[in-house]
Amino acid sequence: MRLTASNLACRRGGRDVFADVSFSVGPGEALAIRGRNGAGKSSLLRMVVGLVRITGGRLALEGGDPELTIAEQAHYLGHQDAFKPSLLVRENLQFWTHFLGAEAAELSEPLAAVGLDTLADLPAAYLSAGQRRRLSIARLLAVERPIWLLDEPASTLDTAAQQSLAEFMAAHLGRGGVMLAATHGALGLPAARELWLGQAPSPLGGESCGEDGEVARERRRPHQALPPPPPAPPRKGVR
Amino acid sequence: MTRKQPMAVIDFANPSRFLNLANRAIPWFGGAAVLAFAFGLNQTVVAPDDYQQGATVKIMFLHVPGAWLGMVGWAVMTIAALGTLVWRHPLADVTAKAVAPIGAAFTLMCLVTGSLWGRPMWGAYWVWDARLTSVLVLFLLYLGVIAVWRTVEDPARAARAAAILTIVGALDLPIIKFSVDWWNTLHQPASVFRAGGPTIHPTILTPLLVMTAAFTLLFVTLLLAAMRNEILRRRVRTLRLMQASAAA
Amino acid sequence: MTALGALLVRDMRIALRVGGGALMGVLFFLVVAAMVPFALGPDLALLKRIGPAILWLAALLASLLALDRLFAADHEDGSLDLILMGRAPLELVVAIKGVAHWLTTGLPLVIAAPIVGLFLNLDALAEAALALTLLVGTPALTFIGLIGAAIAVTLRRGGLLLAVLVLPLTVPVLIFGVAAANAAVGGQVPFGTPFTVLCALTLASLVVGPFAAAAALRQEME
Repeated sequence: MRLTASNLACRRGGRDVFADVSFSVGPGEALAIRGRNGAGKSSLLRMVVGLVRITGGRLALEGGDPELTIAEQAHYLGHQDAFKPSLLVRENLQFWTHFLGAEAAELSEPLAAVGLDTLADLPAAYLSAGQRRRLSIARLLAVERPIWLLDEPASTLDTAAQQSLAEFMAAHLGRGGVMLAATHGALGLPAARELWLGQAPSPLGGESCGEDGEVARERRRPHQALPPPPPAPPRKGVR
Repeated sequence: MTRKQPMAVIDFANPSRFLNLANRAIPWFGGAAVLAFAFGLNQTVVAPDDYQQGATVKIMFLHVPGAWLGMVGWAVMTIAALGTLVWRHPLADVTAKAVAPIGAAFTLMCLVTGSLWGRPMWGAYWVWDARLTSVLVLFLLYLGVIAVWRTVEDPARAARAAAILTIVGALDLPIIKFSVDWWNTLHQPASVFRAGGPTIHPTILTPLLVMTAAFTLLFVTLLLAAMRNEILRRRVRTLRLMQASAAA
Repeated sequence: MTALGALLVRDMRIALRVGGGALMGVLFFLVVAAMVPFALGPDLALLKRIGPAILWLAALLASLLALDRLFAADHEDGSLDLILMGRAPLELVVAIKGVAHWLTTGLPLVIAAPIVGLFLNLDALAEAALALTLLVGTPALTFIGLIGAAIAVTLRRGGLLLAVLVLPLTVPVLIFGVAAANAAVGGQVPFGTPFTVLCALTLASLVVGPFAAAAALRQEME
């Protein structure tokens, strides 16, 4: 399956967040969405999920199940960890597993994979922020969906957990899955391409930016770590 | 700490020491309550019927202890509330939380037995006279305090919120006591705790006092057990928190 | 377990564990019903006459209590995003949440109403009629309330807006519910007439409520 976007534009709250965003992600490929805060990374992901209206351009999925929307074949890991403090850790994962369509809920494997199996019977209110993030990641492991849409997945995770996350992502891509991830730092996936929203760092060559929107360019990033973007010059008009 | 000091009452305020005390005391109080109930039931059966109400007058042996302990419960809660607010004492929190359902249950017993007793006498299950209304208000206040304990997540904050509510609600206690004097009520005026001494005949007064003592012993037993449970519950919570942070 | 079954179980678990559980609604119901004699005075005959109306109003207000958190809680922690990504139709999801709300708020009210009716000096026939009308009418209150809850989902203090939106919509249910409860104890109208209208209103709300609420949720989320 291939996820293709052509000239996507996003307008929220009366202002243009981004425009002319295009990308194409095929099976086993990952796309890292980069940009400074406010560039629209989260909005782009939510647009792919269908939670934000597309105000311009097209989004198309080739392959996959024609009866289902993109959202129904995707996992979304947002800023919030969708869990209920009053339910046990196990009950939280059980609910999402059943709700997202997996039949028999084999929970011990995903919980063990993220290191929460010893805490399965604790009320989720007792979890720290990193543990809650890991519970959300367990959801991705418990139900098989071909598209992963991740918004800052490594936030609040410690180094070991980030390493595990990179392994899960690599395994997903190895199964032929598609992944889009908005991130500030490196994903830990060497072959990931990058999509820059807003002004990309200048050492990478001249970037032209539109007056009323941001122009995004794809680039292939083999194995170097990315230098941090320089501070953006003040822009008139758009935030 | 080498010098062994004699234990003062205040030492029982330490939760671990209190657990020891409770574990030893509960069987004794429970046993005493059983004996008192046995004696009280015997007295109840032996006591004569009222010439007007017949045997239904004996509902009094449930109704009066219920009222008495409902009010005692709130008084205990008020003292515990002062302990929470003034001294920030953890055992005060535990006491307040433990006594609330017990006091509410006794107040409910008072309301229900009173309602059943009043039906043949007054023709209605409920009338809105001063004493009944103020006891109903007490029951609603109990439920409100229990709701605060159950709704607020953090036990320390719940204790402070409940304490304030308890102290304000304590205003109801003198209203209940003197309602039959201050207003024209359907409920009969005070017969035991009054200035001139009791007006009830000893054949009814004795079973009443015995049953009241029995229920009071039951109250103490339940309170000690509830306090012990609450302390253990808090320990479980702490252990779980430690387990969660250890596994991070 | 199916997706919708899992949602029902989850919502009921949360409702029963958080914020005092089912008993909070009953407690509110009791307190509101007890306020009226304080305001009106202890005239038992008067209380008996207006008792059904008081209890219906109290049930309506108590039902509103849990509604504003129904969707807002899921919206705030990101669950609503994921629910919208599920394969179950949103209308059914909303209906299931309504069922969970009724089971944990409305049904306890129906059970508590006869006891509270004792305080208002209702006799046995009035109590039975009241309980029956509440049993049939409280689902309507819940399902109409879903619409207001969905509209107010993104608001922080949506509770008041919710009440303003929902109360006028529930007026027909209130009118026919009280009319049926009163008709059972006397008057010229037979019990069946307002009661069947009440049943019809409930059935209609079971359909209209979820559709309208789902449409409102989709609008709000974008």
